[in-house]
Amino acid sequence: MTTLAASRATGAPKVSLRSVTKSFGTNTVLRDLSLDVATGEVVSLIGASGSGKTTLLRCVNLLEQIDDGVVLLDGDEISAIGLDPNPVRRRVGIVFQSFNLFPHMSVARNITLALTKVLGLENDAATQRATELLTRFGLADKAGAFPDQLSGGQQQRVAIIRALAMQPEVLLLDEITSALDPELVGEVLDVVRELKGSGITLLIATHEMAFAREISDRVCFLHAGSVAEIGSPSQVFGAPRDERTQQFLRRVRSN
Amino acid sequence: MALGLHRRSGHQPRLTTRQEHERQQRRRSSFIAAASTFVVLVAVAVFIPRMPRWDRVKKSFFDVNQMRDSFPRLIDAFWLDVKIFVWTTPAIFIAALLIALARNSRSPALFPVRMLAAAYTDVMRGVPVILWIYLVGFGVPGLGLERPFNSPLLWGSVALGMTYSGYVAEVFRAGIDSVHESQRAAARSLGLSSAQTMRHVVLPQAIRRVVPPLLNDMVSLQKDVALVSLIGPIEILRQAGIDKAKFANFTPFVVAALIFLSVTIPLTRLTDYLWHRERRRTSGTRVAA
Ligand SMILES: Nc1ncnc2c1ncn2[C@@H]1O[C@H](COP(=O)(O)OP(=O)(O)OP(=O)(O)O)[C@@H](O)[C@H]1O
Ligand SMILES: [Mg+2]
Repeated sequence: MTTLAASRATGAPKVSLRSVTKSFGTNTVLRDLSLDVATGEVVSLIGASGSGKTTLLRCVNLLEQIDDGVVLLDGDEISAIGLDPNPVRRRVGIVFQSFNLFPHMSVARNITLALTKVLGLENDAATQRATELLTRFGLADKAGAFPDQLSGGQQQRVAIIRALAMQPEVLLLDEITSALDPELVGEVLDVVRELKGSGITLLIATHEMAFAREISDRVCFLHAGSVAEIGSPSQVFGAPRDERTQQFLRRVRSN
Repeated sequence: MALGLHRRSGHQPRLTTRQEHERQQRRRSSFIAAASTFVVLVAVAVFIPRMPRWDRVKKSFFDVNQMRDSFPRLIDAFWLDVKIFVWTTPAIFIAALLIALARNSRSPALFPVRMLAAAYTDVMRGVPVILWIYLVGFGVPGLGLERPFNSPLLWGSVALGMTYSGYVAEVFRAGIDSVHESQRAAARSLGLSSAQTMRHVVLPQAIRRVVPPLLNDMVSLQKDVALVSLIGPIEILRQAGIDKAKFANFTPFVVAALIFLSVTIPLTRLTDYLWHRERRRTSGTRVAA
């Protein structure tokens, strides 16, 4: 609630979903879902497999079209039918669980492709931006490598850099450590830690409860396509009010 | 083989038991392969000449003087096959790519285009090549066009290109379909348009994957070029027919076959090699046995 008040003071929330419904055939995946995320805020989405975390993120950068409700970016409706999604996608980046790097391109080209083709940067400027980011995240020596020559952790860091290079206002992270060996998770999460507080708005779907608790301003528990509970990490993890949240956390902790 | 192996393992003079075992296995299979080839060749060399009519067959199919006489003419005529092949191939690739892209378009507004492209590939692939060559090669010049647009050579090549672009379009389409949807998602999420995604992300991966089947189609095309002879142009098959009629000897056909083989076998080997390389790259580590 405090965040809502805060964002009202600075204008509209960065990202806002209002009564969003999304179905695949007869399977209703998002049900009348509403969520506001303030500028610079870090919100984690937790919930059982199939609860709709991925779908929610994909709706925000328009990889999916919603059936009902609206999605707003800075108060502007972006979910309208027939709207060109590309300007929105420039402002909202996404990183996938399976990295999805382009296997036929070098690391550097993976990063510069959209910089040159979408933002219209010159090759030199794009390469410079890629080099800066690779250096910042300890991957400078990998610029010329191809994705299959990198470890999973390195690939995922490149995927994050690829999204960051577009200088998005919002970054969506979809279980970015789920496909990684445990010893590689840390290096990827470190990148996210570094992003927090840089002004970028982060919406993070994750199964890493400890990480969600540490990094989030607010944690959002999704159940069957709706927000069952949302609050500060200490409240949601420490004193969950909703029975379904309690059940979910018990199950997660017993594993 | 054994020598090379020896030299390579020079640093570690002693082979492990396993390496020793594998080496023996390799030697054994090379020996079996060589021995069985030898047996077959001996059988052919011994038994075929004993066939009752071998002398006649030898004279009419393997006449060395006839070979010498026909060879230069056949090679000359083969040049036309090569030319037809060389000018149809790029046209086929371009047409096929456009058809494949049309079939893969996703916009609902382009439904008629998708239907048309699908109909085209079905019709082209549903009729024997030779029939298209007759229909187009005789039909279109029959319209009374002016030179050079009445040449059977031209329209025969067009017929060949039409059918083959149907086949090659399907190969491209399979390649495009084989690129995982998540690659498109990644590209689109960065703000690339669907055309840019196709051009920079999907097609480069798709084409790399279909190089072997494409080469396969090229090997077939290389042979089917000879069908154009059936509507007039004097390429190698027709020249061999002329020689055969003139000298009452089938040797020119054997020579023509050898000339074809000299082109198709290297192409086929290359295809196989690329195929294996692609398989190794994409199908993970081979199981031992
Ligand atoms: N493209 C699709 N077509 C049909 N059904 C889909 C599609 N994408 C997702 N679904 C369905 O939507 C539901 C929610 O999926 P989603 O991937 O959003 O869940 P999730 O919370 O991300 O789960 P997980 O934790 O396993 O990643 C699932 O029942 C899934 O089967
Ligand atoms: Mg998911």
